[in-house]
Amino acid sequence: MKRNVLPGLPLSLGVTLFYVGLIVVLPLAALAFKAASLGPSDYWAIISSPRAVASYRVTVLCALGATVFNLVFGLALAWVLTRYRFPGWRFVDAMVDLPFALPTAVAGISLTALFASNGWFGSVLADFGIKVAYTPLGIMVAMAFTSLPFIVRTVQPVLEDLDPALEEAAQSLGGSDWTIFRKVILPLLTPAILAGLSLSFARSLGEFGAIIFIAGNQPMSTEITALLVFIRLEEYDYQAAAAIASVLLITAFVMLAVTNILQARALRYTVRS
Amino acid sequence: MSAIRTGRKPPRVGDNPLFRGLLIGIVLIVGAILVLAPLILIGFQAFSDGWRVYASTLVHPDTRHAILLTVITALIAVPINTIFGIAAAWAITKFDFPGRRFLLVLIEIPFSISPIVAGVAYLFVYGLQGLFGPVLDTYEIKILFALPGIILASMFVTAPFVARELIPLMQAQGRDLEEAATSLGASGWRTFLTVTLPNIKWALLYGVVLCNARVMGEFGAVSVVSGNIRGQTNTLPLHIELLYHDYQAAGAFASASILAILAVITIIAKVALERQGAGRVPRPALVTQVAVASETKP
Amino acid sequence: MKIRLDRVVKTFNTFRAVKDVSLDIESGELVALLGPSGSGKTTILRMVAGLEYADGGHIYFGEQDATDIPVRDRGVGFVFQHYALFPHMTVAENIAFGMKVSKVKREKAEIASRVEDLLRLVRLEGLGGRFPAQISGGQRQRVALARALAVDPKVLLLDEPFGALDANVRRDLRRWLREIHDELGITTLFVTHDQEEALDLADRVVILNEGQIVQQGTPEQVCRDPKSAFVTRFLGDANRLSAEVRGGIAYAGGASIAAGDLADGAAELYARPGDLSWSQEGPGIAASITRVLDRPGGRRVITITTDGDHLEFDVEPELSVRAGQQGYVSLRRAQVFAV
Repeated sequence: MKRNVLPGLPLSLGVTLFYVGLIVVLPLAALAFKAASLGPSDYWAIISSPRAVASYRVTVLCALGATVFNLVFGLALAWVLTRYRFPGWRFVDAMVDLPFALPTAVAGISLTALFASNGWFGSVLADFGIKVAYTPLGIMVAMAFTSLPFIVRTVQPVLEDLDPALEEAAQSLGGSDWTIFRKVILPLLTPAILAGLSLSFARSLGEFGAIIFIAGNQPMSTEITALLVFIRLEEYDYQAAAAIASVLLITAFVMLAVTNILQARALRYTVRS
Repeated sequence: MSAIRTGRKPPRVGDNPLFRGLLIGIVLIVGAILVLAPLILIGFQAFSDGWRVYASTLVHPDTRHAILLTVITALIAVPINTIFGIAAAWAITKFDFPGRRFLLVLIEIPFSISPIVAGVAYLFVYGLQGLFGPVLDTYEIKILFALPGIILASMFVTAPFVARELIPLMQAQGRDLEEAATSLGASGWRTFLTVTLPNIKWALLYGVVLCNARVMGEFGAVSVVSGNIRGQTNTLPLHIELLYHDYQAAGAFASASILAILAVITIIAKVALERQGAGRVPRPALVTQVAVASETKP
Repeated sequence: MKIRLDRVVKTFNTFRAVKDVSLDIESGELVALLGPSGSGKTTILRMVAGLEYADGGHIYFGEQDATDIPVRDRGVGFVFQHYALFPHMTVAENIAFGMKVSKVKREKAEIASRVEDLLRLVRLEGLGGRFPAQISGGQRQRVALARALAVDPKVLLLDEPFGALDANVRRDLRRWLREIHDELGITTLFVTHDQEEALDLADRVVILNEGQIVQQGTPEQVCRDPKSAFVTRFLGDANRLSAEVRGGIAYAGGASIAAGDLADGAAELYARPGDLSWSQEGPGIAASITRVLDRPGGRRVITITTDGDHLEFDVEPELSVRAGQQGYVSLRRAQVFAV
C-alpha cells in the first residue's frame, strides 16, 4: 500500500466515520431492524393494506406528474438562463433557488393560500371548474415547487460547458435547429437530465412539509405515504410506522441504484476501450 | 465600401427571435406563478389583519421561544456539520483508501431520504421503543421531544450540505499544494489553515449558508422528534403549522415572513458567494462519479 | 469553387481582428493561412465558413455573394481544431450525420455504403463502430475530415488541422491530406501557425499579421523573396545583424552584401543558418564561438560577434570547432530591410 504523504488521515477519517455512523447509519439501521423484527406476514399485511397502497398510488402518481412538469419546465428554464440574456435574467436565475431556500412549511401554507378556492389563483381556476387545493393536483403543485431547482441546476452547468464547436459542426453539416437539439444537444444533456429527474422524483416521493397543508389529507385519496407514517406514529402504532417508513427508505435506495445504472449507460460512450 | 455592421453573430441553435421570445415569456409567466407568487403572498397575508396583529404575533412569547429554539438549533447543528464536512472532504480528497466511494454514497444518503423517514429512524434509536430508549429512560436523559432530538434530526437532514460543496472543489484542486507545503516542513494544521482553507473558504461559506437555511427551515424530521410542545419544543416551522391549524392564518404568515426573509437573505448570500466563485466547480451529476473520476486518475 | 474575399473587416468589441482583407482562392487550390496567434487567420476561416459574419466587405463563392448565407446553407466542410466529433455517436454515425440531416433524402443503404467509402478513404476501415473516446488523436482527425467530406462540400476548411497531434503523426497526416486533396481536387483553405506545415502542404501561402495580409505566394516565392523582416523571421530561423547601407551595399561587421535599391542609412540584415559559414581566416565578421551543439543532422555553432550580435549556423560535422575559438563568419546570402 502506498504511504500517505499528507498528514491527518486518522483524525479526518475518524471524525467522518464517527459522524456518519452516529448520525446517518445508526438511525437507518435501527429503522431497518425495527421493520425486520415484524416478521414477513405482519410486514406484508401492513405495507399492502388498502390505505397504504392508496397512499403509494397518490404519492407516486403525483411525483411522476410533478417530475414530468419539472422536466419540461426545468429544461426550458435552464435553456433560457444559459442561452438568452434579457433584462432581469440574473433575478430569475437567483429565484430558481427559492424552493430550496424557502422552508417547506412556509411554501406549504403559501401555496395553499394561493390555490384555495378563495385564493389569487384558486378563485380564477374555480371559474373553470378546476380545483387545486385539497386535491391530488395540489399535491402535484407542492411537489413541483419543492423539486423545481433540481433539473435546472443539474442541466444548467452542462449546457454552459457544452463545446460550441459541436453545435457549429452540426450546423456546418446542414442540420436544422430542431435536428441539432434532438440529435446533438439533448443526448449530451441526458446524463444530467437523468440525475436531475431522479433527484426531483426522490424529493417528491419524500416531501412532507409543503404537501400536508395543500393536500387535504383524506385517506384513500389525498393522503401521501409520508403522512401515513406520521399518522401511524401519532396513533402509537410504531410497527406500522416502521414498516411503511421502510418502504420509503427502500424506494430511495432503489432510486439511487437505478439512477446510477441509467447514468452509467448514458455515459458509456465516454469509456475508453 | 460597404457599411460596417459590428457585432453580428451567426444564429446559434434557438436564436430564432420568435422562438426565443415565446420561450422567455412562458418561462417568466410560469416562474412568476409557481415561484414568485408564493413569496409575494406571504408578505400580503402577514399584514392581512394589519400591522398590529403582525407585531403582536412576533412579540408573543411562543413565537419568541420558537425563534430562540430555531437559532439555538442552528448554532449547534451548523458548526458541528461544518467540522464534519471539512473532515470528510479532507479524508476523501487527500487520501486513497478502500471504500472511499462507499463513504461518499453514505454521506449523500440523507439527501434522497424523506425527512419523515429520518424522524422515524431517530425514534427507533432514542425513543422508548428504540435501541437506547430504555437505557436513556433509566438515567432520565431526554433526547427525544427535547432539544437534543431536534438537533440530531437537523444534523441528519443537512449532513451532506458542507461536504458536497467541498469535495468536488478539493478534488479538482488536487493534492499538489498540500504536498508542497508539507515538503517545506509545514505541519498538517498549518497546511490546512494557510494553504487549503484560503482556497476553499468561499465554497465552505456557501455550504454553511445552505446548511443553515435547511436547519432553520426543517419541518418533517423535526416534527416527528420534537413532540410539538408549544412554548417548549416548537421550532419556527412547527410554530407556523400550529398557528395555521389554530385558524390564526395572519399569525402563521407573520411567523412565516421571518423564514421567508431568511430565505431571501440566503439567496442573496448565495449569489454573492457565487460571484466569488463558490458553487462553480461542476458537480458530477451523481456523487459516485467523483470517486470513479478520481480512481481513474494516474 | 472559386472563393473571393473583398475588403473583409471583422471587429470583436473594439478589437479589429481582420482589417480590409482581400484574397482570391482559385478553384481546386490548396491554400494555407499562416500567421502567429491573434493575426486573424482563424477569424478569416470562420467567416468563409459562415461561423462568423463579416462586419464589412463581401465574401463570394464563385459568382454568388455568400457574405450573409448561414453556415448550414453554405455548403462548406469544416474541420475543427479539436475536431468537435459528437462524443455520443460512433465514428460511422458521426460521418453519416450530415447525410442524415440533409434536406436531400437518402436511402439508409446509400448512406451506409457512402460511410464505408469514406472510412476507406481515410483509412479507418473497421473502426466505424467505435466511439470518438476510443480512438487515437490522429484517427479522430481523419474522422473529422471524413465527416466534413461526406456532405460533398464546395470548399474544405481546416482550422489548425494538425495542431493537437504528435510530431510524427503530423508529418504522416500532412502527406496524406495532400494526397486526398489531389485526388478529390476540392478547393481547400487551412489555418496554421506552423510555417513548415504551410510550406510543405500548400500550393500558396498567405501570411497574416495583425489582421492584414503581409505577403502571399507559392512557398518558393515567399521563401526566396520575403518582403519584410516579419515574414523573414516568421518563416524560419534567421540571424539578425545590424547593418548600414551605403550606395546599394549593406555592411555588417567585416561583411558586405548587395542591398538592392535600399536607400542609404541604418538597416537590418537577416541570414538563415545555412547561409553563414565559419573560417579561421577573414574576410568576414569577427566572432568567437560560445557553444557547439552536436545533433544527429550535423553540428551547429553559436557565436557572438564583436558588436554583440548572436549568430547561429551549421558547420560540417568534421570541422574542428570548440567554444572560445576566434574566427570569422562569412555571409553567402541575406535579406536586407530598412529599419
